[in-house]
Amino acid sequence: MSALLEVRDLTVRLRVGGSDREVITGTTLEIAEGEAMGLVGESGSGKSMTAKAIARLLPAGAGVEGSVHFAGTDVLALSGADLRRHRAKVAVVFQDPRAHINPVRRIEDFMTESLRTLEDVPRAQARTRAADALEEVGIDDPARRLRQFPHELSGGMLQRVMIATALLSRPLLLLADECTTALDVTTQAEVMAILDDLRRDRGLSMLFITHDLELAGAVCDRTSVMYAGQVVETSAADRLHADPLHPYSAALVQARPDVTSTAERLVAIPGRPVSAFEAPSGCRFAPRCPHALDSCRSTEQVLTGLDAGRVRCERAATLRGRLLDPTESPTESEETADA
Amino acid sequence: MPDADGPVLSVSGLRKVFGTQVAVDDMSFDLAPGRSLAIVGESGSGKTTVARMVVGLERPTAGTIVACGRDRSRPARNAGERTRRGREVQIVFQDPYSSLDPRQSGAAAVDEVLRVHHDHDAATRRRIVGELADLVGLDSRQMSALPRALSGGQRQRVAIARALATEPKVLILDESVAALDVSIQAQVLNVLADIRDERGISYVLISHDLAVVRQLTEDVLVMQRGVVVERGRTTDVLDEPQHPYTQRLRASVPGPGWKPTRTLRRPA
Ligand SMILES: Nc1ncnc2c1ncn2[C@@H]1O[C@H](COP(=O)(O)OP(=O)(O)OP(=O)(O)O)[C@@H](O)[C@H]1O
Ligand SMILES: Nc1ncnc2c1ncn2[C@@H]1O[C@H](COP(=O)(O)OP(=O)(O)O)[C@@H](O)[C@H]1O
Ligand code: SF4
Ligand SMILES: [Mg+2]
Ligand SMILES: [Mg+2]
Repeated sequence: MSALLEVRDLTVRLRVGGSDREVITGTTLEIAEGEAMGLVGESGSGKSMTAKAIARLLPAGAGVEGSVHFAGTDVLALSGADLRRHRAKVAVVFQDPRAHINPVRRIEDFMTESLRTLEDVPRAQARTRAADALEEVGIDDPARRLRQFPHELSGGMLQRVMIATALLSRPLLLLADECTTALDVTTQAEVMAILDDLRRDRGLSMLFITHDLELAGAVCDRTSVMYAGQVVETSAADRLHADPLHPYSAALVQARPDVTSTAERLVAIPGRPVSAFEAPSGCRFAPRCPHALDSCRSTEQVLTGLDAGRVRCERAATLRGRLLDPTESPTESEETADA
Repeated sequence: MPDADGPVLSVSGLRKVFGTQVAVDDMSFDLAPGRSLAIVGESGSGKTTVARMVVGLERPTAGTIVACGRDRSRPARNAGERTRRGREVQIVFQDPYSSLDPRQSGAAAVDEVLRVHHDHDAATRRRIVGELADLVGLDSRQMSALPRALSGGQRQRVAIARALATEPKVLILDESVAALDVSIQAQVLNVLADIRDERGISYVLISHDLAVVRQLTEDVLVMQRGVVVERGRTTDVLDEPQHPYTQRLRASVPGPGWKPTRTLRRPA
């Protein structure tokens, strides 16, 4: 399996009021051609920053360590025309379409701008390509839609316009950052089906960022879980739910209510999620982990292969298969483990 | 006094028209004390409009709303009646940023509500503020912090504590847990279940999230374009939806083995 995208030990620091603030730490992930990788985690964990680093859209003054390779090129070294070409091959779709579209320009102008300016495509031809792209994402009467303004379209339709626009430059990789979060569940299902078709028809690779583990599990091949700026687990997406490797992944699975059954009480995770710069040393999840031992708190955890996945937890092998067991009392097992 | 066994909230023939648009049409439901009712449906189906009419932020075009045995379909005639209505039915919105005063700590916000609605001395108010803080899981440091120093989940808990300070019979939760992170959402849902057990309060939960609906409510109304298209026990409606729209809604929830299906036309 040749990796289209390879991110190695990526660390990003942003300048905030004169000091550096670490927002992702040592992220490692790779995406094969045609593969969909889910990236899940709570707010502030660094999902969007990872996508922005890959697309080279980080805020000015950001400090970056590690490497990003895309189709063999060193992304962090790109500049000028090469960088523009990279941004065409790696398309990004964000959560809130209205925040990324000029409200006073027609859909056609928005969709065709980069084709006309970057690729010198004549207007009539650009319009035809835009109309075809709209059809591909299931929008009827594209000629009329192209003449409309953003406020005349619903949120779900506008998000499909964003996806269609992203596809116009014929990207190889789509970075979808919470692109269905603001949509109704029925519209979300529609947009997901469209993305699924595009993957199959075009061999598009995808980094699918979401806080919804179930959604990632259903539409991705593999899923990475982020906590406090670090990837803590990468596993086959359909397995993450039934057989998580990291205590945080297991805690996320258990904290979510289930539409098919009512829980007596949800298994809440104590405390709140933190960002990289707020995280303690040693295992960053330790303050909230029911399985934490002293050694977890004093040792930086490293991403290590386990079965077919990777996990950043020194106890992962010991805890294997027990993380979702309701009869497993962490305090008891900890006592035996300590003894 | 209203009948103790009768509904604490009763809505019938409720209708709201904005200009030419019918936002809510002929809606009726009863809510018994201590029970929880969910309202689900697509964006724009009229859920928030129903909530706003029940709390008196919007005037119904037609229909009646009776809470705690008293009609509230018409605007309150005086300040006393307005305060009493506020005491009986409270609402918590999705966005705790906009509903909290940025210059006021959680403790001050709760204390203010207590002063307006009840006749307690300062020591009693302090005790109640402490009890409510315990109930929603905030410590005294968090209660004395300004909203901007709190996380979204903590702010949402302040909003819930403040709503509970009036000792409402009905609490309307309009997407109140939607913006919360998974781990915080679970904490808040547990808190809401505890409060219902301890206080016998009734909830109206407006939510897009069918898993949350299942966790917190016994009954559900499904709305589409202003109309209730299905109603019943939450478990029944989610396990065996009858109306095509409810079926589509349920089928859109991802889970093991789920494949998104495309209903819109695909080019040949
Ligand atoms: N003040 C208003 N003036 C005009 N139209 C309004 C007003 N408030 C709501 N509407 C319209 O009434 C309909 C119902 O809106 P409502 O906010 O109740 O929907 P909702 O079910 O809460 O949707 P969502 O899930 O997006 O919150 C919508 O078409 C909306 O545009
Ligand atoms: N422009 C910025 N300047 C400073 N800090 C930022 C900026 N954007 C994001 N952050 C911080 O970086 C961290 C990671 O953010 P982000 O990648 O957006 O998280 P996620 O997408 O997982 O919610 C957070 O602590 C966030 O507050
Ligand atoms: S290293 Fe220790 S504290 Fe961290 S997740 Fe594993 S068991 Fe929990
Ligand atoms: Mg983000
Ligand atoms: Mg609403």
